[in-house]
Amino acid sequence: MSRRDEFRRGLRDIVAPSLGISAWALVTGVAMIKSGLSVPLAALMSLTVYAGSAQLAALPLIAAGAPIWVIWATAACMNLRFVIFSAHWRKYFGHLPRTRRLLLTYLATDLSYVLFLRRFPELRPKPEQIPYYLGSATWSWLSWQIPAFVGIVLADRVPEEWGLGFAGVLALLGLAYSTLSGRKSWIAAVAAAIVAVAAFALPLRLNVVVAIAAGVAIGLLLDRKWPDRIEERA
Amino acid sequence: MSPSVAFVVIVGMAAITVVTRSFFLLTHREWPLPSWVMQGLRYAPLAALAAIIAPEVLVSDGALISTWQDARLFAVAAGTAYFVWQRGILGVIVVGTSVLLALELGLGW
Repeated sequence: MSRRDEFRRGLRDIVAPSLGISAWALVTGVAMIKSGLSVPLAALMSLTVYAGSAQLAALPLIAAGAPIWVIWATAACMNLRFVIFSAHWRKYFGHLPRTRRLLLTYLATDLSYVLFLRRFPELRPKPEQIPYYLGSATWSWLSWQIPAFVGIVLADRVPEEWGLGFAGVLALLGLAYSTLSGRKSWIAAVAAAIVAVAAFALPLRLNVVVAIAAGVAIGLLLDRKWPDRIEERA
Repeated sequence: MSPSVAFVVIVGMAAITVVTRSFFLLTHREWPLPSWVMQGLRYAPLAALAAIIAPEVLVSDGALISTWQDARLFAVAAGTAYFVWQRGILGVIVVGTSVLLALELGLGW
């Protein structure tokens, strides 16, 4: 297939699944404004951070005036899945110059990652990969940014009492449910939730940091006690 | 939070996006992480989600809520029921927000 055909195929594969992403972006746009960010700052966040779950997780902390490093640590934790994805991206893009590698992976959303690995299951570079990826990443970017900006503009008009800021928390809740896999992850998540509430009185929203540490520690302990069976890992 | 601090927060978060998404592509040489670190990484996003969500739902004015008449609880319950039924994130948002709006606008909670 030609480069243009691959670009189109990348676009076509992502159009339907990106509808859910657009709704998520709309919610994020509204939540940014409802957390007290001005329209220009919300726009800057959407355009540069471009990571919905990190943005949504950071917003309650921004609204509460948590210290910068706590917000950054939380955003980094939300993004850790991308670190794991980048080990895969390396197999496909590792041979490119660094600037291109960084630009390509900067645009790598969860959805374009999943679609790319489905299209190219063999972990080695091929010439048609870049146009396919660019098609998928372009649509991904547009289907995120346009609804996010609609959300930013709408949120300015929706009254506070509607409680729409809570839609961001519900989006995180849905994400958490779809991330849960197996009993060990349930236990780790419940432990983190309990610690986050129990330690709420800690200053500087440190309860979040302590809770993440507790969740990860319990997950690792459970892994040591009951290692994954092969079929679970696949 | 003042706009200038928020600006710094946002620029830093953008840098975090760049670094995490390109993590294993930052250097040309390959440097594998120990397997227990990779294992731990799998739990961190979920732990962070739980740590953010739980206080947003269960804490009010700095203390654990003591009433069941809180629209957030019903929104979360409805969203959870939807997820158990249909497994869709979008539905959790739509159902939960509808319940929240109905209780806040309808019953004035």
